[in-house]
Parts: sequence; structure tokens; C-alpha cells
Amino acid sequence: MSVLVVVECDNGEVKKSSLEVASYGSQVAQLLGTTATAIAVGVATEANLAQLGEQGISKVLYDAEPRLKDFVNGAYTKLIAAAAENEQAQVIVLANSNIGAAVGSRLSVRLKASLATNVVELPKVDGGKFTVRRGAYSGKALADVILTGDRKIIAVKKNSIEALHNAGQAATVEQFSAQLTDADFADAPKQVVMQEQAGGVLLPEADKVVSGGRGMKGPEHWNLIEDLAKALHAATACSKPVSDADWRPHHEHVGQTGITVSPNLYIACGISGAIQHLAGVNSSKVIVVINKDPEAPFFKAADYGIVGDVFDVLPKLTQAVKELG
Amino acid sequence: MKFLVCISNVPDTTTKITFTPDNKEFNKAGVQFVINPWDEYALTRAIELKEAQGSGTVTVINVGEADTEPNIRKALAIGADDAIRVNAKPTDAFFVAEQIANVAKEGAYDVILMGRESIDYNGSQVHGMVGELLGIPTVAPAMKLDMSGNTATLEREIEGGKEIVEVNTPFVASCQQPMCEPRIPNMRGIMTARTKPLKVVEPVGSGARTEVAEYALPPKKQGVKLIPAESAGELIKLLRNEAKVI
Repeated sequence: MSVLVVVECDNGEVKKSSLEVASYGSQVAQLLGTTATAIAVGVATEANLAQLGEQGISKVLYDAEPRLKDFVNGAYTKLIAAAAENEQAQVIVLANSNIGAAVGSRLSVRLKASLATNVVELPKVDGGKFTVRRGAYSGKALADVILTGDRKIIAVKKNSIEALHNAGQAATVEQFSAQLTDADFADAPKQVVMQEQAGGVLLPEADKVVSGGRGMKGPEHWNLIEDLAKALHAATACSKPVSDADWRPHHEHVGQTGITVSPNLYIACGISGAIQHLAGVNSSKVIVVINKDPEAPFFKAADYGIVGDVFDVLPKLTQAVKELG
Repeated sequence: MKFLVCISNVPDTTTKITFTPDNKEFNKAGVQFVINPWDEYALTRAIELKEAQGSGTVTVINVGEADTEPNIRKALAIGADDAIRVNAKPTDAFFVAEQIANVAKEGAYDVILMGRESIDYNGSQVHGMVGELLGIPTVAPAMKLDMSGNTATLEREIEGGKEIVEVNTPFVASCQQPMCEPRIPNMRGIMTARTKPLKVVEPVGSGARTEVAEYALPPKKQGVKLIPAESAGELIKLLRNEAKVI
């Protein structure tokens, strides 16, 4: 019996959300009196994988098959299932990412496991009862879900668990082969296109987000959003009307039918706060709203607010961040 | 080509969320239910592809009790040809996936489409489970879907980019923006929907693997702290010293 953690890697490094997942998994292992092993997908150096010891992982498995550098659902599912069997994993933890959701759902059928996605807290284990708390109703509610199967798969929402950093702890790194065949790569991508990210911060992984709405009056004013985002090392985002009008690309659209984010800081500039937009951001830790309309509904969901013109306020904020050094 | 589109019946996007006194179930009283907005992308794209091919069928499936029929009729009014309702309360994603996989197997559908997630449970699980139960590929979440013969070309969203994936039928895909512009039913569609077939079947399978113990509402916000626009820079100090987020 053990806990298996799925860590996603990119450009040789473990993704930030996977450090959170590893920390979650090692704490679950502690609760259950067992150890946590990781299976790596994507590309990472052995040194970076060994560093997962800082998150409480004792052993990291990886398959050196080069075609695993891109996400292939069939191959990833087979690899993780084989690692789960090898480790006799009772609990499998992965990120609530596009990869995590796609693989987790296939794995749950293959391993006859209960699956909970969008999980925001560590589980409660009471005798044989295993309960996790997850977001529901587009962030407007929380649900405590009992996983009734013998095996459990948990997809952890980004930014909901603090990553552990126990310096000096190293995990052992071992090669592992799931004996993947060509058939497992039938749904391999033909082409991968990476998008330009302002300041290099990925929106779904971002710890801070600066977002603009119709109040920005046009794409030509987006430098004000980008300047503040750059100063804060934040990602940029936008509301639905902005992406519908092609001021900004779709992948920046945050809201009920766009990307759901849960950063520590969400700064909304010139966004009135329609309920569909709020559904995509309301699990952010701190929400700042800048709007010239004091009646904008977003102020009701905000922690801090400035009633004022975004064109006047944004440069002042950027300047103040730069002065912090 | 035979398309199967899975639709969920969800509370309208502007609904104030409340629960029954024991916090075990969503309180449906006075709530308007709609087709899950993500599923509308799947439905419209299936209809567009059928129209482009000049042949084929679009079947809608919903796992739900009789009160979901107005939204099934709406899907027929938008342009689906027929519908199947699996007569059961959708208890969890695995139960729903079993029902869809069973219907899909019997109907030998080429393409199974649904939204990337439902706006009530937000599980994003059913597409992968259906794919695995049927032993066919799943592409999720797809932003673009084109068909040429039995081969589909899809754009799949990944963190920070997209991937172009080619798969042969049969396959499952979950759909999201900007795949298409969802359609609104017109009067002719509404009239013809009344006579389109809606078959009711009984559920199969082994049941759910999760159980909701309780729902809760997130903690209430303390209220907004307003900073005068002329001293906007003060906000940054508060975010560092008080909120400790920068």
C-alpha cells in the first residue's frame, strides 16, 4: 500500500502545480502511515526529480521513452496505471490540470477507483471513510465527497495547497518501464503550438493575475495591464466580452466558460463583475477591483477596491510596485 | 456519420446557490434549468458537421429524470434529430459515464461529444470515463474540431498552448470555446422539435463510486476596503504588509 503522485514536468523542470500535488500526496501518505512515490510525465532532469524529496516524496519513477515528452493520453494512462500496480498504490494524486483531468478520468475506470477532481483540502480519514472537499457550482459552493471505492484518485486544484520545502531532503530516482508500444501513442499530438505569455507567466499556474475588461476601452491600452503584470511577475487575463471582441486571445478569458483561476492575488481592471466572470475567479485568495463605477457588482466580491479611472490608477500601481524594489 | 451529444441539465448561470436543510442536495425550488453552456458548443458543432457532410444524424443523450425533458426538447429545437433520456438521477460521474457508454455501444456512434465540464459539478470526468469504458481515444478539452472522412483533426488546449491531434472514428471529445457560436432555437425548430423522437430507457450498470456527504457555502467575504484613487500606491503597501500576497 502506498500513495502515488503524478508529477508533470516541462522544460526539464517539475511544474509548480506538481510541487503542490507532491506535497499533498506526501501528507496523505503520512495520514495513512505509508510513503509517497512519484511517477514523472514529461521531461525533467534527474536532479530536479530528486528534489521532490523536499516535498516529502521518497522515490521518483520515470520512463525514459522520448515520445512521453508531449501529452499522449493513451500512453500516460498506461504508464501511470502500471506504476500504480507496481507500487500497489491505494491513493493516486494528480493536478487538476488539463492533463490531470484527461488522464484521471481514464485511470479511474481502468483501476476501478473513485475519482474526485477540483479538490481544495487534505482528506479526512475516519476509520474506513475517506472524505475530500472539492469546489462545486463554479466556485459558488464546496462539496464534501466520500470516495467509496477501495482505490481513490484525487485531482488537486491549483494554488489550494501550499508546497512544502524541506531543504536538503532528496528522493531516490529510478527508471521504470511500462513497456509502451506504438499503439499506446495512437493519439500523440501531430503538432504543439505554444502561445506567447506576457512576462512568461502561465495563466492557469499563476500565483498573481492582472485582468482587464471592457473598461480598458480597446486592445491598444493593454500595455497598462501588461506593465503592472510584469512588475508583479503576474499573468494577464481578460473578461469574456474582451476575448469575444478579439482584443485579447481566447486563452486569456477567465470566467464560467473560460479558464477558472485561483491565484493568491486577482486584480480586476475595468471589469464590472458579471456573475459568470465571478464564477471563474471567486476562489482567488485576495481580489482587488479597480472600476470608475462605484456600483459595479464586483466590489461586493472584492477585498480591496479603488473607485477610479483605470487609465489613471494603473500607472500609479505599477510605479508603486517598482518602488518596492 | 452518427453523432452522439451528451447534455447536462444545470442551474441557470445566474442562479444563487442554496441547499436543502440537511445540506445534502441542491435546492431546486424556483431555479431555472438550462442546457450546460459547455455542452452547447458540442451540440452546435455536431449539427454544423452533419450539415456540412449533407448526411448523418445527431442524437442527444441526457441522464436525468422527466424534469429534464424541456431542455432535451430545446436541443432538438436547435437541430438534433432525436434524443435518448436515461431515466435516472445522475448520482456521480461514473454512473453517468456508464449510461452513456452503454447507449453509445448499442447505437454504434462514430463521434461522441460533450462539454468540457458541467457548470454544477465541475467534474470534467465523464468524457475520459466514456472513452475508457468504450476503449476509444478521448481528446479533451477541444477548441476546434474538423472532420475529413473518418479522420478528425482537433485542437486541444494545454497549459500555455495548444496541440493538434488527429484521431480516427470512433472517438470522444469534450468541447469548449472557441469551437463554434452556439445556436439559439428558431420558431421552425421549436415547432419541429415537438414531433422528433425522444426515447426513454432505463439505467444499467454497477452504480456510483462517490457520494456527497454535505454541501457548504464558501466563507463570506469581510467586505471591500476602499482606497482613494489619488493615493492608489497605498494599495500596493496593503497588499504587501496586510494581505501578504506580494
